[in-house]
Amino acid sequence: MLSAPLVIAVSFAYLLLLFAVAYWGDWRAAQGRSVISSPWVYALSMAVYCTAWTYFGSVGRAANSGVWFLPIYLGPMLAMILAWMVVRKMIRVAKTYRITSIADFIASRYGKSPLLAGLVTMITVVGIVPYIALQLKAIASGYAVLTSPLGSPAVQSAQWWNDSTLYVALMLAGFTMVFGARHLDSTERHEGMVAAIAFESVVKLVAFLAVGLFVSFGLFASPAALFDQAYAVAELRRLLQFGQNQPFAYPQWFGLTLLAMLSVIFLPRQFQVMVVENVDEQHLRRAVWVFPLYLLLINLFVLPIAIGGLLHFGPGRMDPETFILSLPLSQGHGALALAAFVGGLSAATGMVIVEAIAVSTMVCNDLVMPLLLRMRRFGARASGDLTGLLLGIRRLAILGILLLGYLYFHLAGEAYALVSIGLISFAAVAQFAPAMLGGLYWKGGTRRGALAGLLLGFGFWVYTLMLPSLAKSGWLDSDFLQFGPFGWHWFKPEAFLGLSGLDNLTHSLFWSLLANIGAYVGVSLWRAPSAAETSQALLFVDVFNRTAHARPVFWQGKAQVSALLPLTGRFLGVDVAQRLFVGYAARLGVASIDQIPGDARLVHFVETQLAGAIGSASARVMVAAVVEEEALDLDDVMRILDEASQLRAYSHALEDKSRSLERATAELREANEKLKSLDRMKDDFMSSVTHELRTPLTSIRALSELMRDDDHMDMAQRQQFLGIIVTEAERLSRLVNQVLDMAKIEAGHAEWHDTDVDLREVAEQAAGTMKESYRERGVTLVLSLPSQVHAVRADADRLTQVVLNLLSNALKYAPREGGRVVLRLHEDPDRLTVEVEDNGPGIPLEQQAVAFEKFRQVAGDDHYRAGGTGLGLPISRQIVEHFGGSMWLRSTPGQGACFGFSLPRHTPTAADDSYNDEHQRSTET
Amino acid sequence: MFQGLDAQRLVALFVAGWALLSFPLLALWDHEARVFGLPLFPLALFGIWALLIAALAWVVEHGRERDPAASDSARPH
Repeated sequence: MLSAPLVIAVSFAYLLLLFAVAYWGDWRAAQGRSVISSPWVYALSMAVYCTAWTYFGSVGRAANSGVWFLPIYLGPMLAMILAWMVVRKMIRVAKTYRITSIADFIASRYGKSPLLAGLVTMITVVGIVPYIALQLKAIASGYAVLTSPLGSPAVQSAQWWNDSTLYVALMLAGFTMVFGARHLDSTERHEGMVAAIAFESVVKLVAFLAVGLFVSFGLFASPAALFDQAYAVAELRRLLQFGQNQPFAYPQWFGLTLLAMLSVIFLPRQFQVMVVENVDEQHLRRAVWVFPLYLLLINLFVLPIAIGGLLHFGPGRMDPETFILSLPLSQGHGALALAAFVGGLSAATGMVIVEAIAVSTMVCNDLVMPLLLRMRRFGARASGDLTGLLLGIRRLAILGILLLGYLYFHLAGEAYALVSIGLISFAAVAQFAPAMLGGLYWKGGTRRGALAGLLLGFGFWVYTLMLPSLAKSGWLDSDFLQFGPFGWHWFKPEAFLGLSGLDNLTHSLFWSLLANIGAYVGVSLWRAPSAAETSQALLFVDVFNRTAHARPVFWQGKAQVSALLPLTGRFLGVDVAQRLFVGYAARLGVASIDQIPGDARLVHFVETQLAGAIGSASARVMVAAVVEEEALDLDDVMRILDEASQLRAYSHALEDKSRSLERATAELREANEKLKSLDRMKDDFMSSVTHELRTPLTSIRALSELMRDDDHMDMAQRQQFLGIIVTEAERLSRLVNQVLDMAKIEAGHAEWHDTDVDLREVAEQAAGTMKESYRERGVTLVLSLPSQVHAVRADADRLTQVVLNLLSNALKYAPREGGRVVLRLHEDPDRLTVEVEDNGPGIPLEQQAVAFEKFRQVAGDDHYRAGGTGLGLPISRQIVEHFGGSMWLRSTPGQGACFGFSLPRHTPTAADDSYNDEHQRSTET
Repeated sequence: MFQGLDAQRLVALFVAGWALLSFPLLALWDHEARVFGLPLFPLALFGIWALLIAALAWVVEHGRERDPAASDSARPH
């Protein structure tokens, strides 16, 4: 055993740590750097599903009935598969209409009915108080196990002021008040609290896994060894079998799974963390699989711990629900036991805190406020700030719920095992499922239907589950269980109408849900829904189909800002109200608050803001009291809906138009950029051409003037000048020809005469033409041609032009002595390649890139023979590319340059041939 | 609401999960066998569970990559 002061000190320190985490979460939120805005934190906060009931109760259940603890976690697994659709819709609805609790959700859906809100709140309180009691009981009995000698029964203190459980309850109430009801926020979000819950989820998982590992690998050699020993004991062997020596109870399995599936969505604390505290819908994507994974991990060692405990202590000797504490303790691992206790404390406190916040919101908004607001002192026409009152009510409600839980624990705590209490609560909240799910997907559900369904379902729950459990606790005469009330044996609570063969939970679930769904659907269909119900149904069911702008507002009448602003101020605080209205005015684009039009949108805005603080039903009543509204009938609802749909259609059309306009603008911009760059290129080209033209013209003019002015020039000099003039004129005309050529090719106006060309002939012809020039300059031209090559499809004259151009280029750069140019032709399977290689100075790397640009002439060495136009290579490349080939340059400075091009081989296909044959034949005839 | 590839996949997965975890498919594990020393039935339940988580993770995370704006179905399809 551990000393009591130590356990108390550690628990206290842990709660302080929790305070620190929550405070840090709130502080970060105030700084705008939310810690809970992460899918992981969101998923961890959902793990508030795992309470002390999971932590201690699962092991107890596994020790009694093997795998039967699992349906409680398999149900959530299945529910999470559909959560991406169902829960996301709930989140969207809740965010759009500022819904902060299940009671508000149901009330709002069925025409903002205060009656429904109150009923749902009552059911919740009745159903949840035992569950809170169970958490307190878990903490108390855990504490007792740690601090009393092993195996001895826990001693409960007789005097209430001596009872540590009471102080635990009060401390939790304090924590919840600080972080759950510190200030009034119209969205009811509590960042610090969520951060603390996520932290607690980590603590309880780690603690449970630690004990699991200790039992599986420390106490026993391995899980396999543990189960080996279990199989040797007949009693334990039975637990691990499928049917446990009797037919497998499929209905119960089904019932438990269904129950857990509904609970994981409709338990107030789950609704709080999943829907109300959700930061971003997208977080749900990850949470839907991380949360089931968390459940799997925390259940992984339940069976080993249960079996290990039974083996270690012997069946019936020790309470299996405390194995997680007593097993480490029995081995002297006090620290591990203490850690396990802190884990259990996490599980219990997390549940109590969130549940208390959720239920206190309901109690305040849906039970107390509607009653208070009826009074003249607090009604809509009264004045005075009510924010303080609201917070006070919430805090009192929190305290009240925890004290109720404590009272229940004190009175009934010993009567029932943990698991039974939890399941009774589950069955109570499952009654919300028909009204909630029906309300989300079926427009026909009405207020009366929901009321009837809830009342009947809850009635059956009380009669078939709650009363029998009270009777079993000894508070009621159990005769009516055995013989039915007044001896009417058809109405026995656990065999209603004689239905037998089901365990009492499945039996109760069956009858209550049957009655619930039957009444909900039946009564809904009995009368047509009213205008208010229809309008809310449309808003809920079609929530995904409407954008914020095209959402219809079902209201008509006249409203005044001067009445609505003070009303908002009373519930949210004057400053907050002022800020909200200024923001609203800014969104509308009007200059001041006074100019806000008193239309349906304003009323809707105020009502939504108030709904966050006091619930939609009370908000409706308050707003209705200060504005002049006209009653809506069904035709009005339809008309408003039509208008909204038209608006939606218009806004769609507008959106489409603006999108296509944007697209067109982008295309135009692109075209404009292209034009601009082409224009720049044209300018460059023009200036280059004029520059190139000027050089020969200048020299022609200068020489001509010299000859004109000097009559005495001798003949030889004159001849020399004339020679230069002729050369320059030739260069001029060549330049003009090439510019024209280039322009034609680029514009696509060039004439091409495509034939099958033998590149060998082309090369030989070009070499023949250049032979004289080469000989004159003393440069050797070497031909390296294969004896036969395949044809290419091209214009022979153009190709000759290309080869000539390459040869004359090479000649320019080849050294005067020992100059050598190789003209090479070779054939690959798919293409023919021509290369002209010189042994000149080569081309520096930075110039290679621009060699094919117009008017770029690469400077040669001192024996470079000038005279090119700078257009030869660009034209050649255009020609080669026109025939589907490519041109390149390869050069290492100092080792000559090699220009080459390749063209695809022309392979006449059968189709071509037949086509040609056909063609010829047809021309012949 | 249940339109779109993701939604259909999720519904199919839900049906598959429900079938795997109820009569009569559950009865397939009615054997005295042990796998690696662990009892078959509990092991099978955890196995199915893990499988469902993996499939669910694939569907929702895959959906995010394919269409990051999938959630924004405020506009009707």
